[in-house]
Order: sequence, then structure tokens, then C-alpha cells
Amino acid sequence: MDALMLDGNAAAGLLQEIFGSEMTTAVGTCDGCGTAGEVGGVRLYRGAGLAFRCPHCGDVLMKIVVAGERVWIDFRGLRTLQLNG
Amino acid sequence: MPISRGFRGRRRDDAPSDRVPPGQYVADDFPVLSAGPTPRNPLDEWDLTVTGEVDGLKRWTWDEFCALPTESVTVDIHCVTKWSKLDSQWEGVSVDTLLDGVDTSAEYAVAFCDGGYTTNLPLEDLTGGKAWIAFAYDGEPLDPEHGGPARLLVPHLYFWKSAKWVRGLRLTPTDEPGFWEQNGYHIYGDPWKEQRYWGD
Repeated sequence: MDALMLDGNAAAGLLQEIFGSEMTTAVGTCDGCGTAGEVGGVRLYRGAGLAFRCPHCGDVLMKIVVAGERVWIDFRGLRTLQLNG
Repeated sequence: MPISRGFRGRRRDDAPSDRVPPGQYVADDFPVLSAGPTPRNPLDEWDLTVTGEVDGLKRWTWDEFCALPTESVTVDIHCVTKWSKLDSQWEGVSVDTLLDGVDTSAEYAVAFCDGGYTTNLPLEDLTGGKAWIAFAYDGEPLDPEHGGPARLLVPHLYFWKSAKWVRGLRLTPTDEPGFWEQNGYHIYGDPWKEQRYWGD
């Protein structure tokens, strides 16, 4: 187990701020391997920004960089993101 | 949006202002940040390459890399998450040594790494005694969490440019944004100009 790894739940507050709804139960599908799972269960790494990785294949699902009021989100690794209201 | 930037070093009032860029704190420890899991591959599978706009690939195995001339450098490093570390001691191979004899029209490079991380730099920031492939820190082999067996060391730019687990340089005619530069972080990253994010 990588000591630096968190899970998506660790970013629950940030995701709530950005999307305005509970996101840890949203279901993302990895564009790399096609595996679907809740955002709260993905692997989260904290580098210069946040990198969310697929727990199955390790591909980057999403990157988030926050600079004050500005936020950059890279969704290229997500095939779909299902919001559950 | 009040979002914590995390690591908070101690503000050291005795730190000389000409060594601590604006907005930075001096850290006594060495925080670990990572965009992915720590690779732990055998050294006999490691190599370092220079590719791209060059006449033929240049490649060194670990043993060949270790046989190159090395330099000991003591430098200040500055992480974009606002900690700075003064007088950090490294041992490495100068990028000048790796590029010696390379004939290229490229003006930029992309450092690529185990795990898929990339970062982009102008070639002139990698040459002229400004950058190394570091394999030791503080007199010890570089810890995997800090980028071992080898990382890029470019101390005059924010530390995300000093890519951990580096495996090579791809020389490019244009500046191709890397892993973080594609997503908000500054294309160049000069800590003295606080070039943290797009538009800074």
C-alpha cells in the first residue's frame, strides 16, 4: 500500500464546493479500463494538485488544481460521471 | 473558495530574503508530494534516454549512468505548495553531460517518468549548469518517495519541474505542456516571479 495514497472521500469537501452537491457517491467510469465506481473509492494523490486515479488500472481519472477562486479540472480520464442527486 | 493549500512550514524570520521567494515558507523537513504511486522497479530494468529531436537515441543503463561524471550541488528548492528548503544537498549527473555531443534544433524538452508524469522546460533551463539528474540526497541514495532512483533537479524553477522517477528527456521544437502545466500550473514556473498558475 502506498503511504501517500488517500481515497476520493478525502476530497469530499473540495468536490462539494466545486460541484455544489455530494460527489463521493457519484459514479465515474474509467476511460482507460472501463471500470465504474464511486468517486469516494478512487485513489487520490496529492502533488502540486490533486490527481484522482482508477483503483483498478491506475490511470488518471481527473486532475484538480485550485488557485484561490480559480479551479482547473481535467476530466479526460473519465468516460462518464453519473451524478446521483 | 477557502481551500487549504496544505503544508505549512515555519516562517523563519532569520531566512535571508534573497533566498526565499515571495509567498514561500522555509521548511525544515522534506515534504513528499506525488501525483501517483511510488514506482519500485529493479535497477536492471532502469534506463535513461534522450529522444526526440536528436540524431539517434541516447541511452544509459543504470550502471552506465552511474559511471558518468557526477557533481555535488547544494541548492535551495521551492515547491509551488509554498515550502522552500534551503541548502539541500544532492549528487547527480549534469544534464550538460547527458547532452554533450547532441546536435539538436530543439528549444524545449519534456521530462518523462515512470508512472507517466511529464513536465516541460526550455532546453536552456536544463543546460549551462542549471539542471541535474540527481541520484543521491543528503549523502544517501535518493529515497523512492523523493524520486529515487533518480529525479530531475532544476532548482531555479518550482519543484514540480524537478520530476521524480525521471526516465528521460524528449527534445521538442515547441513547448509542450506537461502533466500539471496542462491543468492550471504555469508553463515556466519561476518562483521569484511567483509563476504558479496560468496567467501569473
